[in-house]
Amino acid sequence: METATTSAPAPAPPAPAAEVVLTVDKISKSFGDNHVLKDFSLTLRRGENVVVLGKSGSGKSVLIKCIIGLLTPDAGTITVLGQHVATLDHVALDALRAKVGFLFQSNALYDSMTVRENLLFPLRRHWLADHQGQEDQLVRQALDDVGLPQTIDQLPAELSGGQRKRIALARTLIVPPEIILYDEPTTGLDPVTAREIDQLIRHVQQKYHASSLIISHDMNCVRLTSDRVILLSEGRSYAEGTYTELLASTDPTVHTFFE
Amino acid sequence: MPASAFFTELRAMTGFAGRFFREGFRPRYEWLELLNQCYAIGYQSLPLVGITSFIMGLVLTLRLRPTMVQFGATSWIPVMVGLTIIQELAPIITGLMVSGKVGSSIGAELGSMRVSEQIDAMEVSGTNPFKYLVVTRILAATLMVPILTLLADAIGLFACYLGINLQGVTSVALFMNNILGSLTFGQVLPAVVKTFFFGFAIGLIGCYKGYNASKGTQGVGVAANSAVVLSSLLIFLLDLVAVGVSTAFGLI
Repeated sequence: METATTSAPAPAPPAPAAEVVLTVDKISKSFGDNHVLKDFSLTLRRGENVVVLGKSGSGKSVLIKCIIGLLTPDAGTITVLGQHVATLDHVALDALRAKVGFLFQSNALYDSMTVRENLLFPLRRHWLADHQGQEDQLVRQALDDVGLPQTIDQLPAELSGGQRKRIALARTLIVPPEIILYDEPTTGLDPVTAREIDQLIRHVQQKYHASSLIISHDMNCVRLTSDRVILLSEGRSYAEGTYTELLASTDPTVHTFFE
Repeated sequence: MPASAFFTELRAMTGFAGRFFREGFRPRYEWLELLNQCYAIGYQSLPLVGITSFIMGLVLTLRLRPTMVQFGATSWIPVMVGLTIIQELAPIITGLMVSGKVGSSIGAELGSMRVSEQIDAMEVSGTNPFKYLVVTRILAATLMVPILTLLADAIGLFACYLGINLQGVTSVALFMNNILGSLTFGQVLPAVVKTFFFGFAIGLIGCYKGYNASKGTQGVGVAANSAVVLSSLLIFLLDLVAVGVSTAFGLI
């Protein structure tokens, strides 16, 4: 039986002086009487992997949808790569989104398109390839990065859950992102595939020097991918530290997650 | 449905239509996707529309003939069937067939994309999903239903010609002269114009229901079903309005 210590060694977290690429400052978000986020704050530095840990329904997905501009917070500010998301018009927001990758929990691959077309979609929308040869090269490179070059002409329905997750990650990487937002990247996957995805997240961090904000409640994912962990509880940042620090915590709420 | 829910839905749908006009005619234009949708909505609906129009044209002719023989008015069959097909039957049959085939497919497709976060993914990819998915489909339906109706007219008339010749002999020239000689521009124009509204209604309702689908896979089924029911109903209501307007203007 594999133990927790078999994971690849995590790279050292970025120096504290590294540039801040994402700031969430006291945001609140409610849906009717359901107050999902209450004065929640976080910072993400260049090259850093931060995991936001929390129970299902604690507002983790709402948080990253606010960051990418799919939802608007009721209060507070979000600054991504120096730009206030709420003040951007759609042209500026699209330009910003080209620098931010988003891996959806459901993968969100376009059912009617092949893998190639799925990858070409963001590329063509952001006008990033000059000719078809360059497009093909970028598609192949993204598929090589996730280890699935043979699936290029397949439809998403023909792929396994793990393959779909990898293709979704390849689609995120094809427009090289400075920040990657992962929404529950290992949910619904078997432990072996989940471990492969965790290692892929680390590989992407090292290859692209991207900062990652990972939403998860999978403790293996947290352990393998995080440089820093923020525990989201009742809409607030309840605890923050490295995995090891939080593991050693005696606080009952923190302990509930790590026991 | 309670009255308040009906008016809330009506207001939301009107807002959706308003957004179509606000965003649909501003760049960036999605020409390629519009062509794809014209192919899917127009070309791929042609066999269904063609077969139903042919059958309706033939059945109408064969059913009408005994009565017309009784009154000694068989020479009026082309005119009667032709007028019926061009003014009512082809537009309504085409509208209902496209509503059943395309309305449900748009509702299900967009509903499925909504619940599986594909629409969000599109937005994150720097695409305005409303323009890419909604505007193209509504425009394609608005453009294709009139074209399909004209083809349905032709196919229905051809079936009528065949029906007449099954039990008698009439030349193509005589048949066409009979029909064209009795048709006026004022009779054809409202029949064509109303089909643009039919197409718009089919596209709008399919997109509205699908784009706003919720509650998982159940929501997709509800979106597809209500898109067909509502657009079919609206086609009849629009037809009633078209008759009222064309009567008011003396175009009948």
